[in-house]
Amino acid sequence: MKLSATTLTASLLVSVIAVLLAIPMMLQWERPPMDSTQLGFRGLGMEQITNPRIAETLKALNTLPVPDDPVENDGVLVKNDTENYKNVQVLGDLDTAQFVRLMNAISTWVAPQEGDNAGCAYCHNLENMASDEVYTKVVARRMIQMTRAINTQYKSHVAETGVTCYTCHRGNAVPANVWATNPGPKQAGGMAASRDGQNLAGQPVPAYASLPYDPFTTLLNTPADSIRVVATTPLPGGTGASIRATEKTYSLMMHMSTGLGVNCTFCHNSRQFSSWEESRPQRVTAWHGIEMVRDVNGSYMTPLTDVFPANRKGPMGDVLKANCATCHNGVNKPLYGFSMAKSYPELSVPNP
Amino acid sequence: MAMLSFEKKYRVRGGTLIGGDLFDFWVGPFYVGFFGVLTAFFASIGTALIVYGAAIGGTWNLWQINIAPPDLSYGLALAPLKQGGLWQIITFCATGAFVSWALREVEICRKLGIGLHVPIAFGFAIFAYVTLEIIRPLLLGAWGHGFPYGIISHLDWVSNVGYQYLHFHYNPAHMIAITLFFTCTLALAMHGGLVLSATNPLKGETVKTAEHENSFFRDHIGYSIGTLGIHRLGLFLALGAVFFSAVCIVISGPFWTRGWPEWWNWWLDLPIWS
Repeated sequence: MKLSATTLTASLLVSVIAVLLAIPMMLQWERPPMDSTQLGFRGLGMEQITNPRIAETLKALNTLPVPDDPVENDGVLVKNDTENYKNVQVLGDLDTAQFVRLMNAISTWVAPQEGDNAGCAYCHNLENMASDEVYTKVVARRMIQMTRAINTQYKSHVAETGVTCYTCHRGNAVPANVWATNPGPKQAGGMAASRDGQNLAGQPVPAYASLPYDPFTTLLNTPADSIRVVATTPLPGGTGASIRATEKTYSLMMHMSTGLGVNCTFCHNSRQFSSWEESRPQRVTAWHGIEMVRDVNGSYMTPLTDVFPANRKGPMGDVLKANCATCHNGVNKPLYGFSMAKSYPELSVPNP
Repeated sequence: MAMLSFEKKYRVRGGTLIGGDLFDFWVGPFYVGFFGVLTAFFASIGTALIVYGAAIGGTWNLWQINIAPPDLSYGLALAPLKQGGLWQIITFCATGAFVSWALREVEICRKLGIGLHVPIAFGFAIFAYVTLEIIRPLLLGAWGHGFPYGIISHLDWVSNVGYQYLHFHYNPAHMIAITLFFTCTLALAMHGGLVLSATNPLKGETVKTAEHENSFFRDHIGYSIGTLGIHRLGLFLALGAVFFSAVCIVISGPFWTRGWPEWWNWWLDLPIWS
């Protein structure tokens, strides 16, 4: 068979394009050896397979700051030293030495950068520390109340490990993983207008699937829709959950998986996702976590809507809120379970 | 047992792969051969061990009998009989029986003087099984990654392993395998429909021939693959489906640990637009 010049050119061109496509595709594969953890009875397929090379980079992203050394009490409570401390609404019961230590810690956790608007000045007017004129101070006050609420009312989720500002902030004024209502990109009109909040490439929230990219507005908020979509009877009866609701749930679960760096079997036996008897105890912890995040967003973040400036809100004007990744940052126990809260016991007492 | 008229044609000695004339005989209509004996040996031990495993497993419910691989902590070592050791021996016996059966098929092909299509096709099925129970566990470093022997239990394994990658339908090889499987069933359905229609004419009509079958498809879709071609296509689709099934599971874990949807980011990350 004699190849014509056109055929030859065409096949060469196709080969070149195939190779050019294959190179980036091949480059991203992982390789053995992998680490694996068994999560259920042998042979059940409930396992965590992790790539130690990826785990290494994750470790680097979850480095811990050294907690400040404990300090001796001054013997004076902040609320009694009205000459030096004014307008202290939440931390008045602290010894002044502990108060200063905590303030320093917060400045390194939240605004460690150098410059005019970093450190103490990120929240305070340095001329008048008591003033509430810098909005971040009002936010910070509410966040301290939130931290205490989490550490005292949600031990079902945070256990004795607890959280500090650092658990979410990690040296950033705005935690790296937050969400606001996501309207998606601007759409064409007419029949192309209905994306229905899904089918968007490159969205990290549903773990890059075509599932809805904003499951949070309806599921991790107050009030929230029900996450449960699995039928409770073997045979269909009634209307049941819609495909739409089911896909939102799937999207939220994908977010939880990637947010915690685990797969579905970390909590569920996929034989029956809804069955608590066959689930791992971690699912109970996660259930309380969902309740906690809904409360955090409904009772602490959303009420601050008028306090935040527009550039600290989402495209729809709602405040930036928390999801699982906000604290977890890709690790099933934030900061690998290291308890920073133990070094700052004043963050684990009930609000006055 | 009486011999069928055409059996003399292929009841010829020789063509064995191993052992010369040893076991080169028939029992009734069944060829024995060295690999037939080996198959019987492995199959009977393996089956006996499965029955033993069921007996100590706490249930005779056919759906619930479960012979599971060892805990991951045993790695690639041998496990105690009741903690996965049974599974290991049964896996060894099963692989031995399957491979022996394939080699017995090779010997029969050589006696018949036909191509090795049948043993090669069966080889793909064995390859899929070996990939699941031996190659992937070896790559991941523990026999515990294999699937358990049990009707329901192996389905639970399939489901859970799928959800280890969040959404298994995004596995590229799984996509190809599914496409080939479904195309295979479509081709078989169309082929079967065509043959049955041609050979079961209406009352008063005659049986149709292959040319009539060709005309039917040329009329309808402009092309007929032909009587020989349809079987080549069927073989290609079936073997391709099995091959990519094996690929889709061996890449899950040893060569990819994250959610499968994320794998497709290579397309988004192409230097042309990223």
